[in-house]
Amino acid sequence: MRQFEPWQIAEVPGPKKALLIPKPDVAAALLKRSRRPLMIVGSEAVEELAADEPVLEYLIQISTAGGIPMAATMGAAGRLIGRGVKLAGYMPAMEIAERLRDGSWRGFDGEGPYDLAVFVGLPYYMGWLILSGLKHFAKGLITMSLDRFYQPHATWSLPNIPRDEWRKTVKALAEALEEG
Amino acid sequence: MKDGIRIKVGELKSQFGIVKGLELSIGEIIEEKWEEALGPTPFPSIADLREWDLKILERYKPFYMPFCDLCCLCTMGKCDLTGDKRGACGIDMAGQQSRIVLLACCIGAATHTSHARHLLEHLISKYGRAYPLDVGGLSVEVEAPITRLVCGIRPETLGDLEAVLDYVEEQIVHLLSATHTGQEGAYKDFESKVFHAGMIDHLAMEVADIAQISALGLPKAEPNPPLIEIGLGVVDQAKPVILVVGHNVPPAADIMDYMEELGLQDGIELCGICCTAHDLARYNPKAKIIGPISWQLRFIRSGVPDVIVIDEQCIRSDALVEAMKVKAPLIATSEKDCQGLPDRTRDPPDEVVRDLVEGNTPGVLILDPRKVGEVAVKTALKVAPKRMKFKAIPDVEELIEGAKRCRRCDDCRRSCPNDLDIPSAMARAAQGDVEGLAWLLDQCIGCARCERTCPVGLPIHSFMVKAAEKEIKEERYKIRAGRGAIQDVEIRNVGSPIVLGEIPGVIAFVGCANYPRGGVEVAEMADEFAMRRYIVTATGCAAMSMAMYKDEGGKTIYEKYPGGFDAGGVSNVGSCISNAHIAGAAIKIASIFAKRRLRANYEEIADYILNRVGAVGVAWGAMSQKAASIASGFWRLGIPVIVGPHGSKYRRMLLGRMEDEESWKVYDARTGDKVYVGPTPEHLFYAAETKDEAMVTIAKLCMRPNDTPRGRAIKLTHYIDLHRRLYGVMPDDVYLYVRTKADIPITIKDEVLRLLEEKGWRETVIPDPTLLPRLIRVQKG
Ligand code: SF4
Ligand code: SF4
Ligand code: SF4
Repeated sequence: MRQFEPWQIAEVPGPKKALLIPKPDVAAALLKRSRRPLMIVGSEAVEELAADEPVLEYLIQISTAGGIPMAATMGAAGRLIGRGVKLAGYMPAMEIAERLRDGSWRGFDGEGPYDLAVFVGLPYYMGWLILSGLKHFAKGLITMSLDRFYQPHATWSLPNIPRDEWRKTVKALAEALEEG
Repeated sequence: MKDGIRIKVGELKSQFGIVKGLELSIGEIIEEKWEEALGPTPFPSIADLREWDLKILERYKPFYMPFCDLCCLCTMGKCDLTGDKRGACGIDMAGQQSRIVLLACCIGAATHTSHARHLLEHLISKYGRAYPLDVGGLSVEVEAPITRLVCGIRPETLGDLEAVLDYVEEQIVHLLSATHTGQEGAYKDFESKVFHAGMIDHLAMEVADIAQISALGLPKAEPNPPLIEIGLGVVDQAKPVILVVGHNVPPAADIMDYMEELGLQDGIELCGICCTAHDLARYNPKAKIIGPISWQLRFIRSGVPDVIVIDEQCIRSDALVEAMKVKAPLIATSEKDCQGLPDRTRDPPDEVVRDLVEGNTPGVLILDPRKVGEVAVKTALKVAPKRMKFKAIPDVEELIEGAKRCRRCDDCRRSCPNDLDIPSAMARAAQGDVEGLAWLLDQCIGCARCERTCPVGLPIHSFMVKAAEKEIKEERYKIRAGRGAIQDVEIRNVGSPIVLGEIPGVIAFVGCANYPRGGVEVAEMADEFAMRRYIVTATGCAAMSMAMYKDEGGKTIYEKYPGGFDAGGVSNVGSCISNAHIAGAAIKIASIFAKRRLRANYEEIADYILNRVGAVGVAWGAMSQKAASIASGFWRLGIPVIVGPHGSKYRRMLLGRMEDEESWKVYDARTGDKVYVGPTPEHLFYAAETKDEAMVTIAKLCMRPNDTPRGRAIKLTHYIDLHRRLYGVMPDDVYLYVRTKADIPITIKDEVLRLLEEKGWRETVIPDPTLLPRLIRVQKG
């Protein structure tokens, strides 16, 4: 399998495809450059909690070190709140997406529109569609997928990688942001 | 006669108010006896309700999520519509996406309409045009609420329904034509047409179901119809087995009749999959239901059915290929699904039987239901001893050997709609442990995409079925037969508590079986809301999935709760076309309980439902174009629909914005003032990511502006309670739903008051809500 093919074989996007995040440093640089980033965590990232090395811990580190507020979809919020994670807000995935599309949305904190949205943990096909909605209709918004599957409708995406490698990548990203 | 109606309808539209014209033209049969004054929109054209549509679209805005960047509908394309680009014809991406939604809804509406037409023609040829409609005897006076509302006529006989279908067919042609390159381009107008397609679809469903209820004697608004056996384990495999699949019941009914004529009702097993199974069980409770659409492959490959009879809709396109694998003859019975088979309608039945039994042909097309009955029964009797239940499921040794050949390439998983981790399960199976594969079957929708992609050709779905063999054999449950319409007296009893909010909501579980994590989630949701004393109703595959789980006491949901349309009741209304009765119940609440004028008075009734009837549709496994058009019929009526995560593939949501105060203002019909009522209901169409999210949202979307303080307090109690249980915290939007302090649930009053204070909450009034200025009683100025 080529690393930058859609994970679901038939989900072929069209002419405009996501740029590949070749290594964690690139993602770190993009995140640092953003003025108003937001991270959106979906249900499948929360399921990773059961793993020895839960990706969620690294995502929290990324959020803290990178100054990227963490929001959750309704599918993820309960478990995150229960774990004491401080969320910028939570909403159904569709509602967050629809607001991100709207350049006049002031964000969870009322401070103004986001310029970069990092998605992780949505079911692949839901992420696919939401990222497509944003690609076509959210002017000026950069999107990034940190899932372990290539998401071609994002502006930037990780390639398809095995779970272990994914955990390492997300960890390396957290470390890169911590190093400043 | 049909042409006459068409012309008169045209005249009526241009001369609204000249009621006489309509009464003369359509009236000969029907109208004179209906005293009710004609409302403003009889037989509405595709633009007649546009104003209403645009009003609701102003609040519930489309959010489009294209499947791909391209349009490839005409030869100027393909066109890249990315971002702000337009196609060669000038269409933009929003226009294109809404066009695709309209196409889907036209397909859905056409499918039900074609089904209705086919059924009606058959029933008229058998019983005559004058055969009276009867959907519930004296218990149901409003026999056809959607027809009365949309068309403004009151049908009394099968023949009267033809006029309704004439209108429906005409509207679908107009709607479909709007999708042609170089016609409609504005997304809002496509969306208005989507609503129209939905409304038209509901009419078609109503015609089909009330015709078959009346003529075939299906349960007539029966709150306690018989319990039917459902599951893969309910069939007696020692007998010849006939399987019927699809949606159009006459061929299956004729098989049943022929069996009875020969006294063979106990000698042959007749069972069904999908809606034909529902309707067959409504026709004769001796029929057995195997399960929803996703059970087709597992049951056929099990080798149990000796003859497979398909009619129309939701049948696997490879039904013949699969039937051939197990040497079961296939009988196609509909012009819409001929499967490439020879038409043997005019041949002597015994000749056809001989060819099927001797394997001269793998299947036949027979377009006469009566003949299907005879051929299917005779073939089953002869073929069963020859087939010896020949199956296409491997034995365990073959499975393990196969698993050893697996290359762990991931192609199966990457083809699986539910991203099931088949490679890991294969690795376990190669070690002799098949449990992983068995476990996957619960979440498998039976599509076989995995098999088609496997480079070493492993029959993966069959492996799962083998691995889960023991569980499958024990799959025996009970479902109540589809009851049909809701009685007027039931509506009178629940009308007030629903409208005032004291029954917290009506939840309809409908649609197909494209579930993200198995049907158990539907059963769990239905159980939760029935326990909370919501009114729970169901149709189609969802109604079946709900039945296929038992509580600790060994009872299915239908055994646990009563079948009435009442608080804490769980009713199976019937097949997909029976969805008309759910819309009909909402309409009847407005007309029977609240005495709103029904006749051709669409906007007012929809406005009433949107503002007062706390109903929510849940299509957790929605996959088809029919599900799209069914949902859009509910949207136009003001009933929100929640779909499962796969429903995001409908590519467009209709979402409200809770913080946009202006969009939540309605008129107070008493004063004419514009009043803020909070986001009730917040969305019209929306895909939830998880079952927990859906449950919390169902409770939230049941709130309506008209709830009394007592009713709102009850609804808030459920919303807050579910939110706390599933999320561990109070919802942070409670302040949007409290209008006066009397709305606050008493048990958590202090906590809520604190929250309200934090949010700077101010008390508002509870209006007599409407979106229609013409309903304001005291006109200002
Ligand atoms: S219909 Fe329009 S957008 Fe589509 S292919 Fe033709 S020209 Fe292009
Ligand atoms: S048959 Fe089941 S496992 Fe195979 S692709 Fe379809 S859903 Fe997935
Ligand atoms: S596609 Fe076939 S070979 Fe590849 S992992 Fe799946 S079962 Fe194994």
